[in-house]
Order: sequence, then C-alpha cells, then structure tokens
Amino acid sequence: MNTSQNKVTSLSEAISKYVVNGSHISIGGFTINRNPMAAVYEIIRRGIKDLHLYAHSNGQGVDELIGAGCVSNLEIAYGGNGRFAPTCIRFKKAAEEGSILIEDYSNYQMTLRFLAGAMGIPFLPTRSSLGTDITDRWGFSETIRKENPNIPDDKLVIMDNPFGNWCDVSKVALVPAINPDVTIIHVQKCDSQGTLRMEGLTFSDIEQAKAAKHLIVTCEDLVDSSELRENPDSNQIPFVYADAVVHVPFGAYPTACYRYYDYDPVYLNEYKEYASDDNRFKEYLDRCVYGVKDHQELLNLVGDERLRSITADPRTGYSTGLDRKQ
Amino acid sequence: MTKYTSREMMAIVAAREIKNGDIVFCGTGISMLAAMAAKHISAPESVIIFETGAIDPKLEEIPLAVSDSRIMYGSSMNSGLADAFAIMQNQATGQHVVGILGAAQIDKYGNLNSTTIGSYAKPDVRFPGSGGACDVASFVGRTIIFMQHEKRRFVPKLDYLTSPGWIDGPRGREKEGLPPGGPIAVITDMAVMRFDEKTKEMYLDGCYPGTAPQTVLENMGFEVDISQAREIPPPSDEELRILRDVCDPQRLILG
Repeated sequence: MNTSQNKVTSLSEAISKYVVNGSHISIGGFTINRNPMAAVYEIIRRGIKDLHLYAHSNGQGVDELIGAGCVSNLEIAYGGNGRFAPTCIRFKKAAEEGSILIEDYSNYQMTLRFLAGAMGIPFLPTRSSLGTDITDRWGFSETIRKENPNIPDDKLVIMDNPFGNWCDVSKVALVPAINPDVTIIHVQKCDSQGTLRMEGLTFSDIEQAKAAKHLIVTCEDLVDSSELRENPDSNQIPFVYADAVVHVPFGAYPTACYRYYDYDPVYLNEYKEYASDDNRFKEYLDRCVYGVKDHQELLNLVGDERLRSITADPRTGYSTGLDRKQ
Repeated sequence: MTKYTSREMMAIVAAREIKNGDIVFCGTGISMLAAMAAKHISAPESVIIFETGAIDPKLEEIPLAVSDSRIMYGSSMNSGLADAFAIMQNQATGQHVVGILGAAQIDKYGNLNSTTIGSYAKPDVRFPGSGGACDVASFVGRTIIFMQHEKRRFVPKLDYLTSPGWIDGPRGREKEGLPPGGPIAVITDMAVMRFDEKTKEMYLDGCYPGTAPQTVLENMGFEVDISQAREIPPPSDEELRILRDVCDPQRLILG
C-alpha cells in the first residue's frame, strides 16, 4: 500500500527492502508463463533463506527457489511444469528427502485463499476436496501451527451449510485466508505509480497481489500513466497496491510473457538435465544465477539469437512455429 | 487398415465420449488431443476450457502446459483461475462440463491419487499434487480418467486420495457433501472400464483389439467384473487422419 507518484526502483533494492529471511511470499504466473523469474533469481543471489512460499501452480519459479535452498515451508497445489517436468524436479527431491515442509491444497482453493486475503476475511467456503485426503492430511503439525502465529490453527475446516440446504449444498470446506508479506508479479505494462496491465491470462495474480502486505511489480514496459489511463478498462490492478515498480525486460524469462516472448524450450530442457543431478544443479546455479550480477547478464549469456527465436509473433502472441521438440 | 499406437487409440476412445454441447476441461497431452479430435469429428459445438482461464481458444499449435500462450490466442476470453472454476460449478454450466484427468493411482470407485506414494510427510515418491484435478473431480458432471494399465496403479487402497470419484459407493459423494456427477470411464492403454450404475464399482466395459479380458485383469491390483467385456472398435482411417494431421501435425504429443 503506497500512493506515491513514483515507485520505480531497482530489483536489488526492491528485493532487499521487502524480502528477508523467513518472509511469507507468493509469486505470480503459472507453470511456464509469466513467473517473475528475474525477481526469483535476485532472491536466490541474495541468499535469502527460510521462505514460507504460497503457490498454486507457479512451476519454474517455485522449483528454482526450492532448489537453491531458499524455502523452508511450502503451501502448494501443483508442483509440475507442463511437459518440461511432470513433477518439478527439485520440488520432488525436497519432498522425498523431507527437507522442506509441504502442505497440499488444490488450485481453486489456493485462489480462494488469496481472494479471502484480498477481501480481508478469514476464510472462504468451497465444495472442492470434500471426502479427500486434502481435508485431513496436514503438512504442518498442530504444534507447529500453535507455535507459529503466521500459520492458521487448522489446515481446513469442514462445516454443515449454515443456511440449511440452501443452493442444495449440505457441507462446505472452509479454506483459510493467505496474506503474504510480499507478492511479486511480472506484467506486460506498468506505470511509475504502479497501475498495471496484464495481457493474456491473469491466472491468480490479481488475488495474490491484493492479498499481500507489499506488492513488487516487475514489468516488460514501463509506460506513461497517460497510456494506461487512456483505456482504464484494460487495467487489472490500481496503483494503491504496489510498493515497488521495477522495469525488467524479459523479466519472466525463461518462462513466457504473452505478446512479448515465448518460453525458451532450450533453457527449460537444459534446466531439467541440470536439476536431475545435485552437482550439475550447483553448476547451473553457479553459472546462470550466482555467476551473473543481474538479469541482463543472464540474457547476455543466453545470447541474442535464442532471444530472437522466442520473440512473440504479433498475430498469435507466441513464437509461431518455434522448435519445441528438443 | 492404418497402424496406430496405443496413445492414438486412447485419444480416439476418449474423443468418442465427448458429446456435442459438452464443455471439456482438459490438461495438456492426450487429454487435449482427445478434446480437439472430438471437436473435429463428432462434437463440433463442444467447447474446450482450461483451468487457467482460457475459454474456447483456437489452438493453432499444441500447448505444452495449461499456461502456454498457445491457449490464449483467439479465445473467447482470457480470464483467470477463479473464472475457470466458476464455469465448473455454476448451476447453468457445471453439470455440462466433462473433465479429463490422469493420476498415479486409481481405486475401484474411481478415486485418484496424484500426490504421494508412501507416507505423506516423507513420501517414497512425490507427484505434482492436485493442481485443479481435485476441484474438477469435485465439481463437474462427468469425468474421464486416463491411466496406464499397471498393477501398481490400479490399487485396492490409494496411498493418498487427491481427487474424489464415487468415494465408497452409490451414496459416497452425497454423504461427503459433494455435487452429483463423477467418473464415467477409465481409458487405459488396454481397455475401457466403467462404473456399475448400482454399486459404482469399476467393471471392464471393453478391450482393445488383440487384448484378452484376462490380460486386463492380470494388470490390476483388484478384481473387476469382466463378463460384459466387448471389443472396442479401433480408430478409423478418418479418425486417425484428423488426430494426426489436424490436431498434432508437429507430433509433439503423439510422437
């Protein structure tokens, strides 16, 4: 929450100001699209630890944060990355080693939890997951919940419909609100005050942004307010929510950004190889994350030719005919 | 007759389950190919939706994830998760939705596990988790399930129940407070299983050409009725042509 005119800052300043060891955070996007990857890499470079991460299906970003050892607690609906990883590799490894605590919800439930946070209410009801193990297998024990005021006492509560059988519904599952310390999203256009415009699917970015105590926005184009205010119907989040605005072209790379660039199948396939082996994963981090000072240096490492190959076709919004078989 | 793979057979068998006017929720992979094929063969007015919020996209190219920009091009609307799941439970639209799901394990009532094998706290094998699968299985009128026909996947008891099928029988869903609807078919690389109307237990509806009912049973961890098994007709040349040349010309999914 911040109404100042100019919130433009650098990525390193935004991350160092709002993300610290132990922060509860959420990131926008979905599997291989519009993850705030530049911000994810900055968090990893700064060596931030013990994050409590809320995710629905934020594939690539979640996997890299887990792989780099930044995450202690994870509330998640889906740890997969489309055809590039049926189960995200570092997520799978961390789960099987028991090195992080994981609590499972569904995608819709995570969206409702962010929405409840955005609305300022403690929970929202749904009929999803009644009769399943999502309702009764907890990742965080009762003791952990009692000791930590930032985790609700119950994972999920089943209750009878308090309105009798209204709407022919007998029971609902109540899912607790999420209010992250910070949400980070990457969008196509934003002005210096933080009014923003996403193109294509919005996933749960709007709910995530409004639920957070602080919002960091990274954007492809930092535009004049007049451009966004000329057509306000197309903007999704007003400036009052944003705390920091950072101009980061290719800020979702190697994930996609609709109408700007596609995901990079070469990078994602190489990542899969590196992530499958502890030593090679360390090599990957040393070369692509710790070994570069910022996102632009990563892009330099990747090279113009690869970036040109994923440039979006203005007609379709993705790289038409891109070779994705590698 | 043209040769075909078991993946092509599965896609076509699933496509035959989709009716004109259905709203089809699909993932990527063969579930999406099945939905695309149905649109071109028997259900031109069916609608493809994705949990990420894309409604009826053009799908000129095969998406590799449900967030792929390829599902945003030419859609009726690009929304978000909240809107997509609203369609699945809205009183006017929800029961018209057919969900296509996959899983690591299935039991005889069509309940699915896509979360963990072994203990939940420290699993032997971790899978991605529900994603939208539990939501879809909870809400929609009909679900179709894709499975590989293996003993370790057709189990008497799931290690973790991620997505509800018929729970424990004919009144299972109602007792838990779930909406009506549930799984109608399990399509595997050998056969099609359905659920008995009275008991809601799985039975063998039919085998693919060249597969004996007994072979199907040998690849399951529980007994099912095989007395009604018929032979499922293979894909026709026309069905194959549409699947290969119209739906996946780059062979990204069919291989």
